[in-house]
Amino acid sequence: MARAAVSGRLGERLRWRVATLVGQRVETPAARTLVLDVPGWPGHLAGQHVDLRLTAEDGYSTQRSYSIASAPDGASLELTVQRVSEGEVSPYLAQDLLDGDLLELRGPVGGWFVWRPEQSEPILLVAGGSGIVPLMAMIRARRQLGVTTPFRLLYSVRTPEDRMYVDELQAPDPGLEVTFLYTRQVPEDWPRFPSRITEKDMAAVAWPPSMLATSYICGPTAFVEYAADLLVELGQPPDRIRTERFGPTGD
Amino acid sequence: MPEPAHHFQRSAHHFQHTPHPADPFADEPAVTDVQYDDAVDDDYEDGNALAGPLSELFAVDVVSAQGQCTGCGTTGPIAQLRVYGPGPGLVARCPVCGQVVLRVVRGTESAWLDLRGTVSLQFRLGADR
Repeated sequence: MARAAVSGRLGERLRWRVATLVGQRVETPAARTLVLDVPGWPGHLAGQHVDLRLTAEDGYSTQRSYSIASAPDGASLELTVQRVSEGEVSPYLAQDLLDGDLLELRGPVGGWFVWRPEQSEPILLVAGGSGIVPLMAMIRARRQLGVTTPFRLLYSVRTPEDRMYVDELQAPDPGLEVTFLYTRQVPEDWPRFPSRITEKDMAAVAWPPSMLATSYICGPTAFVEYAADLLVELGQPPDRIRTERFGPTGD
Repeated sequence: MPEPAHHFQRSAHHFQHTPHPADPFADEPAVTDVQYDDAVDDDYEDGNALAGPLSELFAVDVVSAQGQCTGCGTTGPIAQLRVYGPGPGLVARCPVCGQVVLRVVRGTESAWLDLRGTVSLQFRLGADR
């Protein structure tokens, strides 16, 4: 089990597969979940991603990585795509697709930014914007398996309407604590002024260093760098902090 | 005839790979000059994004392997390198000193992997052999 190989592809060269879009859900005004049917999908670990390949009619082709949002579930796979204005690919994925459309993808890939159910240490998840997606897969995998590992989520968004999966995150899930943090606009009667994440915010959710927790941070690059620095300043060992950055915009 | 709205359309600022037909790294010096401004630039992803491209070349997951940088000797997971790209290839730099640790260029029928900034890669394989 300790092999570095990713499940399902030992000895098999990763190939492009054709997925069919079978459903869509609006998560926020700018984000949509794509429900895909992928025949032969080998399963995945929470936190892994897929590469999507899009080809235009003139033959131009481009690829993007998208985190998997769903827990493993047979041939079904969910990706949540945030529309980035000026983006080349995300506006197409987040608003132009129709059910029945075909998409080329390969995966699952990435063996480092993953949570494995056999990890018994407490977990801190820190999301900036659409960085919630792979962390949501971890929350869903934990719930699906009924494991009791304590999870905390700190979820930073610009405004309340930018929160994804909000009903699911507010539903009772024993052992999961969720904290929302707003950087531009807060809900009515919210006790905290809108601001980017501070040391105080992080100190309120970080596990004591003696608990040897693992922290996962995902979001835009500047957010991830800053959040990781805060955790190190609070005494978290750097080798227990796992990060995934999606650049300045994420498209 | 107008194209259907749900067809992917090429935009003005596309990223096109135009690899040289021969080795794209052939003309370059063996040692990369380290010029690196840590403070301002966030226009990079990280080594997690290499998982797909490298899975074409390796049988095991490379991003969880421990790589050692030739520039400063730092060892850490490939997932934590700073990755710039995508065109004309993915360039992965050491987060400590900025050395180019790894580059990968995918052409139509070949891929080039440049590891001159890597001392070693250590893969965890478990006890079974």
